[in-house]
Amino acid sequence: MSRFALDRLCARLPDAVLETHDFRGDETAVVRRASIKDVMRFLRDDPEVCCEMLTDLTCVDYLGRDPRFEVVYHLHSLSKRHRLRVKAGVPESDPTIDTVTDLWATAGWLEREVWDFYGVRFSGHPDLRRILMYEEFVGHPLRKDYPVDKRQPLFRRPDLEPNLGQWKNDGT
Amino acid sequence: MEERRDLELPTEPMTLNMGPSHPAMHGTIKVVLTVDGETIKSADVYPGFLHRGFEKECERATYTQIFPYTDRLNYVSPMLNNVGFALAVEKLAGITAPPRAQYIRVLVGEMARVADHLTCVGAAAMELGGFTAFLYMLKARDRIFDLLEEISGARLTHSYVRIGGVAEDLPDGYPGRCKDAFVLVRSAVADCDKLLTRNRIFLDRMQGIGKITAAEAISYGYTGPCLRSTGIAYDVRKDSPYLVYADLDFAVPVGENGDNLDRYLVRMEEIQQSLKLCEQALSRMPSGDVILDDPSVALPPKAATYNTIESMINHFKLIVDGIKVPPGEVYSYIEGGNGELGFYIVSDGTGRPYKCRCRPPCFTLVQSLPRLIEGAMIADVVPTFGSLNMIGGECDR
Repeated sequence: MSRFALDRLCARLPDAVLETHDFRGDETAVVRRASIKDVMRFLRDDPEVCCEMLTDLTCVDYLGRDPRFEVVYHLHSLSKRHRLRVKAGVPESDPTIDTVTDLWATAGWLEREVWDFYGVRFSGHPDLRRILMYEEFVGHPLRKDYPVDKRQPLFRRPDLEPNLGQWKNDGT
Repeated sequence: MEERRDLELPTEPMTLNMGPSHPAMHGTIKVVLTVDGETIKSADVYPGFLHRGFEKECERATYTQIFPYTDRLNYVSPMLNNVGFALAVEKLAGITAPPRAQYIRVLVGEMARVADHLTCVGAAAMELGGFTAFLYMLKARDRIFDLLEEISGARLTHSYVRIGGVAEDLPDGYPGRCKDAFVLVRSAVADCDKLLTRNRIFLDRMQGIGKITAAEAISYGYTGPCLRSTGIAYDVRKDSPYLVYADLDFAVPVGENGDNLDRYLVRMEEIQQSLKLCEQALSRMPSGDVILDDPSVALPPKAATYNTIESMINHFKLIVDGIKVPPGEVYSYIEGGNGELGFYIVSDGTGRPYKCRCRPPCFTLVQSLPRLIEGAMIADVVPTFGSLNMIGGECDR
């Protein structure tokens, strides 16, 4: 990962960064939830940092801590050959954070996965549906308070079926 | 002209469901196409049919118990998943495997990559009607699986790598048998090269189909052969070398058009490079231990476990409590069969991970499928999907 990218982020957007740490060489910036979009845009577009790729986007549930959720972004610069981890806390009372789908196309599915498994909403996401679980599923299975042995029988709910287009056969 | 326009049939968009169980789809995935005649207007992809709760299960398993789960991520190259996960835990624990184990990991990892690429190319050819190429490729792949079975006892779900090393040393005469198998693999690849690379039917289905530019590929988070086919020479083994890749000599093939054909060509060349890496690993492999000599990480030998009380207690503690790693979080990544295979592990200091996330390379690739096939014909879905090499176990976890 990169100390340089972290230092530059702290110098340019000092108000956004809450804390930084590095463990085993993985530089991490914890940023304010409200400024996630600005931080991401800076890290992508700044010519010195230039993180063109969003490698991974996931979430961790720290049950009993405030903020409860932490959305974790792994950024990668192909041209500068460095990486940076950015995290933003999301409280349980209002589990929303701005989407980054307009910055990286790959965020589309990754954010859907976080919504599916953790119930964190990404405001501005164009198509926030479940992705790996089925629409009828109740709850968010990777939350720490979701029992690992819980079973849910699958009941089809026609109102949740995806609209596959109407087949018109009226003879015209 | 006027008359001709009257004769044209009025078309209206139709919805076509491909999958989840479709003979030309490897893995279960549903693609809902909106088509106008034969042309695809829009597409929506529904993954998740193979979701098994990998991350949820990891959270209650010890680090050692996760290896069998990683086997089932990319089930065409399980050794690479084993190696990737072991490296992530080792980074977290701050330990390094002994040199011989590192060479063995390179060897088995590259053999797994060859198996992965053989499957992808063979299946892609079969879906376009080239059944011969498929059989040649799978025959070669079976020789690779024979070799991996010999050291791990399983053809597919190896669970051979351990934290701090590998389970067992290579058996006697193993390098010789590897070399024999590589001869067969090389000849199968050469045969398929003759069958496919200049085959007009094959080219018509592959060339210029499923094209993506480098900038878009980066935005979609492409890695591995698919990113390299757009002309970007990014390979984790070169850019941030792990294990002993820095000492080994190999090239990173790149394409230029980012279409199905370039993805095929990149994979064909990578098979050759991986075989070269296997041979280098075999010839340079030092002698020595294959697992760290550290009782807090490695299990004691079986004989000692059964005959001494200290070893039995040590064995019991490692199995029941798990290997203790310090609290913290790491992201560790290797070059998997499909691209960057990452593991993000959060530890709370116990023997079980608090969070174990797998960054699956083909999840981001499959996401771009609608972009690749919009405007193309229905028949183009099959080769395009095949060249992305979606592996259900890894995509759906």
